[in-house]
Amino acid sequence: MDTNLLEIIGGFIAIAGSIFLLLGSIGLYRMPDAYNRIQAGTKASTLGTILSLVGLFFIFPSWFGKFMVLILFVLITNPVSSHVLARAAYFIKVPLTKLTQVDKWKEHRDIDESRKAHLRKVKIQKEGE
Amino acid sequence: MFVVIAIFIGVASLIGGYIAIHHEDLSVAIIASGLVSLFASIIFLLLAAPDVAMTEAAIGSGLTTLIFFYVLNKIRQRND
Amino acid sequence: MVNILLIVAASITLLSIGVSMIRFVIGPSPVDRVIAFDVMSVSSIALIALIAVLDNRIIYMDVALVYGILGFLGVIVVARYLERGM
Repeated sequence: MDTNLLEIIGGFIAIAGSIFLLLGSIGLYRMPDAYNRIQAGTKASTLGTILSLVGLFFIFPSWFGKFMVLILFVLITNPVSSHVLARAAYFIKVPLTKLTQVDKWKEHRDIDESRKAHLRKVKIQKEGE
Repeated sequence: MFVVIAIFIGVASLIGGYIAIHHEDLSVAIIASGLVSLFASIIFLLLAAPDVAMTEAAIGSGLTTLIFFYVLNKIRQRND
Repeated sequence: MVNILLIVAASITLLSIGVSMIRFVIGPSPVDRVIAFDVMSVSSIALIALIAVLDNRIIYMDVALVYGILGFLGVIVVARYLERGM
C-alpha cells in the first residue's frame, strides 16, 4: 500500500515534468527572437527533464545511481550549451528583436571605442605640440 | 503505446530527412542528419535493441556530425 | 494506475518533441535550428527514461546517458563552427 502511494506520487511528478517540457517547447515556438528562444527552451527543458527523472526515481528507487548520474549530467551540460550557443549567436550578429531595451555588451563596446578614439586624438595633439 | 511513439518518431524522422536532403545551407543539413540518427536510435530502442541504439547514437549523432563540421571548417578556411 | 500516469507523461513529452519540430522546420537562422535540436535531444532523454520504466529494463538508461553526452557534444561543435573558431 505504501509503495503504491509512492508510485502514484512519482507518476504525478513525472507528468509535471513533461508539462514543463511542453511549456518550454511552446515558448520555443512563440518567442520573437533567437535569444529569447534559447532562454525559454533551455531553462524549461532542464527543469522538465530533472522533474521527470525525479518522478521516475520514486517509482524505481533501486535505480538510484543511473538517475543520479543523468540528473547531474543534464544539470551541468544544458546551461553550458545554452551559454555557448548564445555567445555564438551574438558574435555572428543574429538580429535582436525590435522590443529590445538593453544591450549592455553593445554599450560597453561603444564606450570602449569612444575612449580609444579620444586617446588617439590626445596623442596626436601631444605629438603636434 | 509503443506503436504510437514509433509512428510519431517515424514521421518526425521523415521530416528531418527531407530537410537534410533539400536545404541550401550545409550546416543545417548536417544538423538535420544528426537529428534523423537521434530519432533512429529511439526506434531501435523501441525494437528492444539497446546496444544498436547506443551505437547509432554514438556514431551517427556524435562522430558523423563532428567529422562533417571539421571538414566544412577546412573547406571554409581554404576558400577564404 | 501508474502505467496510465506514465503513458500520459510520455504523450505530453511526444507532443513537446512535435512542437519543437515545428521550430526546427521554420526557424529562420541556424541558431534557432540548433536550439530546437537541443530541446528535442533533452526531451528525448526524458522519453527514453519513461520507456525504460514502462518496459522495466534498466539497460535502456545507458542509452539515455550516451544520448545526453552526444547531444551536448553536437551543440558545442555547431556553436564553435558558427563562431568561426573550431
